[in-house]
Amino acid sequence: MKLSIERGTLLKAVSQAQSVVERRNTIPILANVLIEAEGNTVQFRATDLDIEVVDRAPAMVERAGSTTVSAVTLHEIVRKLPDGALVTLTDDGAAGRLTVEAGRSNFNLATLPKEDFPVMASSEYSANFSAKAEVLRRLFDKSKFAISTEETRYYLNGVYMHVADGDGGQVLRCVATDGHRLARIDAPLPEGAGAMPGVIVPRKTVGELRKLLEEDDMDIAVSVSETKVRFATPDITLTSKVIDGTFPDYTRVIPQGNTRRMEVDATDFAKAVDRVATVSSERSRAVKMSLDEDRLILSVNAPDSGAAEEELAVAYSDERLEIGFNAKYLLEIASQVDRENAVFLFNSAGDPTLMREGNDETAVYVVMPMRV
Amino acid sequence: MPALCRDCLTEFETGRRCPACRSARVVAHDELRQLSIAHMDCDAFYASVEKRDNPELADKPVIIGGGRRGVVSTACYIARIQGVRSAMPMFKALDLCPNAVVVKPRMEAYVEASRAIRAMMEELTPAIQPLSLDEAFLDLTGTEKLHGHPPAVMLARLVRRMRDELGLTGSIGLSHNKFLAKIASDLDKPHGFAVIGRAETLEFLRDQPVRMIWGVGAATQEALDRAGIHTFSDLWRWDRQDLHLRFGSMGDRLWHLSRGEDTRRVTAHEPMKSVSNETTFHEDTGDPDLLDGHLWRMAEKVSDRAKAKQLAGRVVTLKLKRADFRLITRRQSLRDATQLADVIYRTGRQLFDQVGNQGPYRLIGVGLSDLCSEAEAERLGDLLDPDAAKRGRAERATDAIRARFGPDAIVKGRSLR
Repeated sequence: MKLSIERGTLLKAVSQAQSVVERRNTIPILANVLIEAEGNTVQFRATDLDIEVVDRAPAMVERAGSTTVSAVTLHEIVRKLPDGALVTLTDDGAAGRLTVEAGRSNFNLATLPKEDFPVMASSEYSANFSAKAEVLRRLFDKSKFAISTEETRYYLNGVYMHVADGDGGQVLRCVATDGHRLARIDAPLPEGAGAMPGVIVPRKTVGELRKLLEEDDMDIAVSVSETKVRFATPDITLTSKVIDGTFPDYTRVIPQGNTRRMEVDATDFAKAVDRVATVSSERSRAVKMSLDEDRLILSVNAPDSGAAEEELAVAYSDERLEIGFNAKYLLEIASQVDRENAVFLFNSAGDPTLMREGNDETAVYVVMPMRV
Repeated sequence: MPALCRDCLTEFETGRRCPACRSARVVAHDELRQLSIAHMDCDAFYASVEKRDNPELADKPVIIGGGRRGVVSTACYIARIQGVRSAMPMFKALDLCPNAVVVKPRMEAYVEASRAIRAMMEELTPAIQPLSLDEAFLDLTGTEKLHGHPPAVMLARLVRRMRDELGLTGSIGLSHNKFLAKIASDLDKPHGFAVIGRAETLEFLRDQPVRMIWGVGAATQEALDRAGIHTFSDLWRWDRQDLHLRFGSMGDRLWHLSRGEDTRRVTAHEPMKSVSNETTFHEDTGDPDLLDGHLWRMAEKVSDRAKAKQLAGRVVTLKLKRADFRLITRRQSLRDATQLADVIYRTGRQLFDQVGNQGPYRLIGVGLSDLCSEAEAERLGDLLDPDAAKRGRAERATDAIRARFGPDAIVKGRSLR
């Protein structure tokens, strides 16, 4: 194999591959990236056995072929090469080495046989549809903060992507929760997605997927089966196993009868929460919200470190209410609001609170209060 | 070499006798003016108090004890010459020393003497960590400017005051950490003053037996013997990871302590680190129902103790010992600190299910750690488990009933398994 490729193109392709590779690997081949050159394309493939990413890039292929080298080392080398350099990769099959040349730099990397590289079995997808990058980005960006890291409830370690009944008919919906907060984000159902089985997309896949979604208008080809999900752009294909488990019935969790409504500028609110939370002890970070006629007082009382209070003008006309929250949870949901005011719907100090942006029902957040 | 007269507190450089008062009670050490962590241990404390309060006993062998358990609590140095030791059954002690005077302990007198000593120590430093009525660690780091004398002088003055004002003697161990200070106080007993400096730490430890380490009891000693570890130098030959693999967290401790390294601070209130409970079965069992019953009872005991101490914890640990003595431990962090038996049990149960069936087991244990005040517990609800709050309230109600009508007034069915 021998090929030449522009450094910037190579860096982009390799960096996606190396981020999939697990840092601590017991199986040496899994630390490697599979390089396949043919025609005028080079393809980089990496996997952690749960996720596989294939990245294609144009290259001048002098001699077709394939080999595997350490993904991290190759990435580090390319990263340190000067901008605009032309990089030549040469695989001398017999010696088991890959030469990386650019200008006056010359590297010699150990390779492993390509036959040992595990390629994810292809499978039948029961639904194939196309969605704009912008749409998918919103669905996952706004839900991923609520993904649980708790291993005992492994079925919460991802975003539940499924078809649901929304306000105006069927929607493509993403839900994530860790039992303390929940995010439910809807998008219009793309054509062909109706038959899609609900899948739990693992946290790491959500992170990798994000890198495919930078360009708003890009069409992303999505394929879903009971066990796998695939996202593809013309250059990159990301295939992932989904979490084998049942996502809990989240619909019961979303409060329906919360009537006490508070409307507040999300940015002002977040800044005030952040300020008063400064004095709270690091672990609990409890912030008390005291609501009265068009007035919100945020306060923290931490016996060990001090107290803080801040008053905010809000729209609120229900009876007095005192309710506590973990400051981090408040900041996280408030930061999801970017166009209109944040609308909070409370019931009592012990019941889950709902938050949404204006009257937009396509992005709903639920957060559990905290005893203060 | 810097030297100090323990009688008149004169500091001098050379000579085996004090140039001022000609006393031979001199302590000399290269690092005498640098070391600042000390362990003070009273000499035969209870017996000394009795002799002080009753001069007739002064030259007689005195044994304190004979309470309910009939063992020696303290023996004076005269009795010790005859072979009497603490914790020895009384009949055996009297066999060895038939003319001994046995005195019933008068705790209030000892507590009072201890308080007086404590007050004297507090004049030296706020960093005092009492281990019992008659011994304490003191950290005098950075007090030299305040007192105008290095720690060694202040410590010598402390024991001199104890002797002059309270009629009690103590021994000082001075070193650069707690582990070595405690060892040192035992080297020159009674009424001693021993120093272990940084320079000779390793040389000093080399041939000492490992049982010198606090926490190495009979069981650990036996395990160490099997590994061919008898002295500190035996430990030096071990790789840190190997020690950890073989002895767990104790292995890490051994690795550091054998090198004279101990970073524990001298703190007055050693906060409680965990609450745990375990039980060894009469016969090994793999029966999941039986184990589940034990798990619940352990969770309840741990919860009761946490509640009694107004504590809650964020980490639940499950410990299982298999019939072949292999230990399995699993831990789970909680988002919200708890003291509820219900949460401890459910978390323990999840961990138990994760372990799978590796029985039969001979022991099961449950622990709660990463402790905090109960005020910080049970503050967050779980969206996906709306009944949790209800179960929590039921448990509080159960506790209230038990507090009023006794522990058996109301029990869970599963605790009967």
